[in-house]
Amino acid sequence: MSRPGLVLEVDERTPPVLVHEGEGFRLERFPLGTRVVYPPDPLPGIRDVEAAIRDALLNPLGSEPLPELLYPGMRLTIVFDDLSIPLPPMQAPDIRQRIIEQVLEMAAAKGIDDVELIAANSLHRRMTAAEIKHIVGERVFASFWPERLRNHDAEDPDDMMLLGRTKHGEHVEINRRAAESDLLVYVNVNLVAMSGGSKSVAVGLASYRSLRHHHNVDTLRHSRSFNDPEHSAMHHSYDRMHELLIKHVRVFTIETTMNNETFPAQFSFLNKREWEWSLRDQGAFLAAKGANELAPAKVRRRIWQGVRAPYRPTGVHAGATTEVHPHTLANIHRQQLTEVHGQSDVLLFGLPYICPYNVNSVMNPILVFSLGLGYYFNMYRGAPLVREGGVLIMYHPMPVEFHPVHHPSYIDFYEEVLAQTTDQATIESKFEEQYATDPWYIHLYRSSHAYHGVHPFYMWYWGAHAMEHLGDVICVGANRRAAARLGMRAASTLADALEMASDTVGHSPSISYLHSPPLTLADVR
Amino acid sequence: MILALEYHRSPARYLAAGRLSAGPLAQVTPSLAPLRLVNRSEPRRAGPDWVRVRPVLSGICGSDLALLTGRASPYLGPLVSMPFVPGHEIVGQLMDDVEKDGVVLAAGSRVVLDPVLSCRARGLVPCVWCETGRTNRCDHITVGRVSAGLQTGFCADTGGGWSQLLVAHRGQLHPVPDDMPAERAVLAEPLACAVHSAHRAGVPRDASVVVVGAGTVGLLTVLALRALTPAGSVTVIAKHPHQGRKAYELGATDVLEPRRAARGLRRATGGSLHQPERGREFLLGGADIAFECTGGQGLDTAARLVRAGGRIVLSGMPSGPVDLTPVWYRELEIVGAYASAGDAREPASGADDDFGAALQLAADAPLDGFVDATYPLAEWREALGHALAAGRSGSVKVAFDPTKG
Repeated sequence: MSRPGLVLEVDERTPPVLVHEGEGFRLERFPLGTRVVYPPDPLPGIRDVEAAIRDALLNPLGSEPLPELLYPGMRLTIVFDDLSIPLPPMQAPDIRQRIIEQVLEMAAAKGIDDVELIAANSLHRRMTAAEIKHIVGERVFASFWPERLRNHDAEDPDDMMLLGRTKHGEHVEINRRAAESDLLVYVNVNLVAMSGGSKSVAVGLASYRSLRHHHNVDTLRHSRSFNDPEHSAMHHSYDRMHELLIKHVRVFTIETTMNNETFPAQFSFLNKREWEWSLRDQGAFLAAKGANELAPAKVRRRIWQGVRAPYRPTGVHAGATTEVHPHTLANIHRQQLTEVHGQSDVLLFGLPYICPYNVNSVMNPILVFSLGLGYYFNMYRGAPLVREGGVLIMYHPMPVEFHPVHHPSYIDFYEEVLAQTTDQATIESKFEEQYATDPWYIHLYRSSHAYHGVHPFYMWYWGAHAMEHLGDVICVGANRRAAARLGMRAASTLADALEMASDTVGHSPSISYLHSPPLTLADVR
Repeated sequence: MILALEYHRSPARYLAAGRLSAGPLAQVTPSLAPLRLVNRSEPRRAGPDWVRVRPVLSGICGSDLALLTGRASPYLGPLVSMPFVPGHEIVGQLMDDVEKDGVVLAAGSRVVLDPVLSCRARGLVPCVWCETGRTNRCDHITVGRVSAGLQTGFCADTGGGWSQLLVAHRGQLHPVPDDMPAERAVLAEPLACAVHSAHRAGVPRDASVVVVGAGTVGLLTVLALRALTPAGSVTVIAKHPHQGRKAYELGATDVLEPRRAARGLRRATGGSLHQPERGREFLLGGADIAFECTGGQGLDTAARLVRAGGRIVLSGMPSGPVDLTPVWYRELEIVGAYASAGDAREPASGADDDFGAALQLAADAPLDGFVDATYPLAEWREALGHALAAGRSGSVKVAFDPTKG
């Protein structure tokens, strides 16, 4: 039995607490009384994963067993989550590989020839062959790549299909091959409560025309939080779309959840509570921190991007999406939810080196923004950890650095759009369409490994709720020019940040620190 | 005797200034330039149509700085005579009465000079170019009554603006309206060049234009483009924020920093961006027309930003090597635009004389603050240092005020 989450109140005996700051970390001594919100300990992983998968496929929720849905001559499409989850990428074998192999074995047993695999990368960048191979495994890759295993292309007009419009007028347009299949098997990995469920197909295989109905400022402002689907306008839109699309195509969903063993052995201290660090952990911390700071930037990035998480599956559920997803959410809550009483004036967190959109890439300032004001701020259920008008203090060096291949439109968004305004509504109305339809971005999305031209806009909208809620945002250690461009302020130290925050929240604010990663979802009562 | 700054032949100083101007010791370049403050005889009038002019303000031009910092092309060597007094952006006071086009310009009245020393000034039968008013193309620039010199300010016999007195042919004179401050009038010559460039470009309606460089030439080119052509978007590549602000005031659609010129222009005009393994990025697509207004690396930049079949207008005096591959590969046209033209126009331009247009524009355009620093001749090192750092220091045009000594 793993221990539940914990809220620690900092007192004189509390050791300094670990804070992530990009490709680095530090120990920080927080003011007395600061509440440190820790996630539950790692849940025990499933002992026999293969058996659990088989059991899920043979005893699905709200559906016939998978073998009963398979028949010779049918058109079968297996769709799987892309490299944006889990984070960091998991150690091989990836759970998706294990599931896909079993699904394919069942299909082969039924004599099905028409099988295709599609990565649900939506408007994310095309994955490289090596990245896909890591997800699906050597055997599947060798058998299907590249003719029958591919990235989704949301800009291929011949391979997109409009299924109709929801009662709210939302276009539901997804990958044609998937839409015209006799069965769509979706293989998911769920790391946060935002993912999975209705989102999988409706987003993962969608087009810009479809995505714009929920990836917009107004919807994001009314998604409180987007990690709490019941109270998320974005998820309500996903649900409406899902409802429509399952009238056209049979979807068999397989969802999995992981425990929170995020970092491998050499960084295992990052998974632990500081006062429980052994001498070995303390030595590992000092060695890792020293080596990290001495390493040249390129080496440091290679090491961090090479981290593979030793996640262990905590659940595999299959069947009808709406039946499966509640079990998935329950597992996520078991692993991430920590009860917190009341909001605070100041919310603190450190941002790590990785987010969904810089796997094997560079965390540019816009991604820092979306990780902080989007993903981390929204790691709550009930109410935000920080009160309305309060201050967010986050840690990240925020270098002005972009991956020119992966993020070409981000560069222009930073240089052109943010130079004019940070107001989300203005940005949406003035620039979104231009970027979304720019032929060069579309070309790079389709033929290179670039995120779609509109993607930086979504990252900016991701912070819409936070920007409306917060009184001030301060980033410790940030490049000052970058912070200013994003509409934030930069501070050198926590003390400076708190001094700056005092204009908004006074000199004795209540403070909460969200200790993450491993991911922590605050259940604020 | 008059006080004058004299450019003299000194290969050693020329080379030293050239070496240092690109390095960390650039601020000492003016001291090394082959320039000296001298007392010299008044220049003699070269004929009955010549008058004496007392410079009131005389601008420091990019081409002057190129010469003083060893960056001017040796091509121009035969077209000057030494020693000469630089200074060709001149507003001055007539010291003699003179009749021009049936109008008497009285001594004491103010004039600006078209500096080109063409057939008429040289007492020659007009060449084919001067015959048609295109005096800037004169073939007789090295012969006649005065020594070789493409302009006043490069001729040993006429004197130049960086002195207390020069001589000019009446055909070079353009009267300055009484209500026009000297700080505006001194911009007439570079503005006339900009007008000429705009005409030379033959800008079609709604054509996208990029102006590379936002010093005096670049900014005045924006002004001319907006006033005299049906250009669509005008994107300006400016190094310094104050230049960008001025470009917007003059009608620029967008201003880009040099480091993001290609990306920013691609956003404005479409096309795709490409990054060679070595060298700078370029566009396939881009602007219809580019104006090179830096006199430096701007041509290389312009060639990378213009669409296939597009046009590059050389407004700045070229210097340094350039990779002309894009000119070949994209079938670009390069159009020279030197100085300004006289009364006759090229058939396509349909405009009046460039100086007249420039003076009209100078009267109303938002040019306040363009000349924000004037120096006496005696402080020539400080003046040249300031002019060399004009962009960084927030200035556009630095000028000499020879009336202050």
